[in-house]
Amino acid sequence: MNMIEVEGLTRRFGDFTAVDHISFTVEKGTVFGFLGPNGAGKSTAIRMLCTLLRPTEGSARVVGFDIVKEQGEVRRHIGLVAEKIILYDQLTAEENLSLFGRLNNLPEEQIKQAIDKWLGRLHMEAWRKHRVGTFSTGMKQRINVARALLHHPDVLFLDEPTLGLDPQTTHAIHQFILELRGEGITIVLTTHDMVEAEALCQQIAIIDQAKIVALDTTTNLKRLLSADNTTVIDVEIANLSEPMLSQLKNVESIASVIQSDTYHVRIHTRNTDNIAPILSALNAMGANVRAINTVLPTMEDVFLHVTGREMRDKVAASVPSVRGHRWSRASRVR
Amino acid sequence: MFGNLKGLIMHSLRLGIKDLLVFARDRMMLISFVIMPIFMMLMVGFIFPSQNVLKNVSFGVVNLDEGSMGGQVVLALQQMNRGQDERMFAITYLHSKGAAVDQIKYQTTSGALIIPSDFSATISTGEQASVILITDQSNPQVSAGITSTINGLMSAMANQLTVQRVAALVPNVPNPQQLVVPFTVQTEGIVAGKSNYFEFMAPGIMAMTIMFAAMTGLAGSISRERELGTLDGIISAPISRLSIILGKSFAQVVRGLLQALLTLILAVVLFGVVVHGSYGLLALLLLLTVFSFIGIGIMVSALASQQETAMTIMMTLTFPMLFLSGALFPVQQMPVAMQWISKGLPMTYAVEALRKCVVLGTGVSGMMTQIWVMLGFGAIFTVIAIPVFNRAITR
Repeated sequence: MNMIEVEGLTRRFGDFTAVDHISFTVEKGTVFGFLGPNGAGKSTAIRMLCTLLRPTEGSARVVGFDIVKEQGEVRRHIGLVAEKIILYDQLTAEENLSLFGRLNNLPEEQIKQAIDKWLGRLHMEAWRKHRVGTFSTGMKQRINVARALLHHPDVLFLDEPTLGLDPQTTHAIHQFILELRGEGITIVLTTHDMVEAEALCQQIAIIDQAKIVALDTTTNLKRLLSADNTTVIDVEIANLSEPMLSQLKNVESIASVIQSDTYHVRIHTRNTDNIAPILSALNAMGANVRAINTVLPTMEDVFLHVTGREMRDKVAASVPSVRGHRWSRASRVR
Repeated sequence: MFGNLKGLIMHSLRLGIKDLLVFARDRMMLISFVIMPIFMMLMVGFIFPSQNVLKNVSFGVVNLDEGSMGGQVVLALQQMNRGQDERMFAITYLHSKGAAVDQIKYQTTSGALIIPSDFSATISTGEQASVILITDQSNPQVSAGITSTINGLMSAMANQLTVQRVAALVPNVPNPQQLVVPFTVQTEGIVAGKSNYFEFMAPGIMAMTIMFAAMTGLAGSISRERELGTLDGIISAPISRLSIILGKSFAQVVRGLLQALLTLILAVVLFGVVVHGSYGLLALLLLLTVFSFIGIGIMVSALASQQETAMTIMMTLTFPMLFLSGALFPVQQMPVAMQWISKGLPMTYAVEALRKCVVLGTGVSGMMTQIWVMLGFGAIFTVIAIPVFNRAITR
């Protein structure tokens, strides 16, 4: 059963297109991930599905309800963890949760039970009576997740849920998301963290410059590389230098080169599994090669393969100047 | 239908109480909440000129008169000065007109009275004598005050002199005073007691506090939540948009009314203001004032997506209201064009009604125009603002 059905969904801010005709479906009880760099349109897509933003074109149904015509019904069935934490610093954890419980029409008794349950599961009971303003970001995010789950939504939207969190909290939240998935809650998350996407999502949509450029299961996405005869090799070069990198990029059988750290480069071959020409090129440029391994592709490799670009060093050229359009800034800064 | 209505009220109340709680726990906000009306009362009440504009004005006297009349003028001036609660003039005695001019030029003195050497002699020869008054033209208000005070003093002295002469000329007149000054003007207020400037100011400040709460407070509160991101949580909850407006307005109204009440208490306790009208009517008028502003507040919060923008729009709207409504300066002293603009501002009517109630003790029947205009303003703007807000909140 599909919990989300999206067809040609588009959003423009003035003449800037933030989301461009995206279509996908999400099955019940699965985790669907939007993977893409900042400014790709992930948050805009989620905001439309949560009825916070009206689509310019296209349609979408969440839990069977139209996001434009049946906003009330959609809201009843979703929980949202947005990019910014939706909690009031001056209120205690309990007061915050109780407020949002009431806004979601839960009766007082049920609110109490739900607060007990989620604070327990997120190991935050001890902080129940403390003001949220005194919490660390990680603690706030846990309460924020509890807030989104209080009314047992069918679909949980998580917009960059682990952004800026320490590794422990990130791990805890990942574990928690997997538990929720096991309980039949459908989850849609956005991330620009490849590892996160790979660890959590059954289906991933790679979104770049407002468009979905690849959409499949994690495994199938990785197979994209082998289907295209792309081999990923990791080379350790003791005297790795900037000119060497640019020379490598010009080698015929190399599709792309990323420097992963001081001594390592990750090379995607172009339609070949023959690495001999690469070896001779390395020799020719006097590279002091210490090790060569063919490696299993990661989501990062997939991203590079489908977009032709690295994820981290790009500030999309298409991101509008902040004052470009009257509404663009206000609507994009969340 | 009734389920919806119950939900609407419940949600509005929860949101309103949340806003008040957040506000009450924010120490800085709380402090400014209390300080603002106190500060305004003190500032406005003490700084703006009250009926008696002259207080401790340095004033020079040059008595060159060789006869006795000059001395009598100086004596009368001293007596008048001593008769006041606070002296009007700090008098210095100078020896020449040149010295007086210098003092005014250096602004060590605001004005000077010069009694010429032939003052008494001229009077006794039957000619009309005159004294010279020099004032500091760079300060027109004080200058005007000095001129009218000295004119008053001199004509009173002239009258006295005439009365003496008439008595001497016509020995059998029982009341020579009546012959010289056949009638006088008696000023009477319609409420008991002496009114003070704070009575003029307090209603203005109350209206102002409410205007700020309803307009700046509401827009500020919504744009703050939008920037913090918490507004997303409220909008994505299955509640009516109307309950967001109602809840936010409720919180701001409570704040505005509390602040107005604080202003009133301060005015009564510290500044001796007497409320001549009924407190019930006053409360009603304050509520009506809120209502007349709330629509504009909602509209601006819908249009301003950022706190900064909201503040800029608010400033442009509130400043004319503040200065043209008569809250701080009497409308009657403004140029006619400004008086017309003033008629188009809801604040003007709020201030008029509140002032009538507080200072004059007027009842409802005496302020129907103001009440209708405020109701009209409120209704029209609210009706326009709510759909604008609903549309703006999900862009």
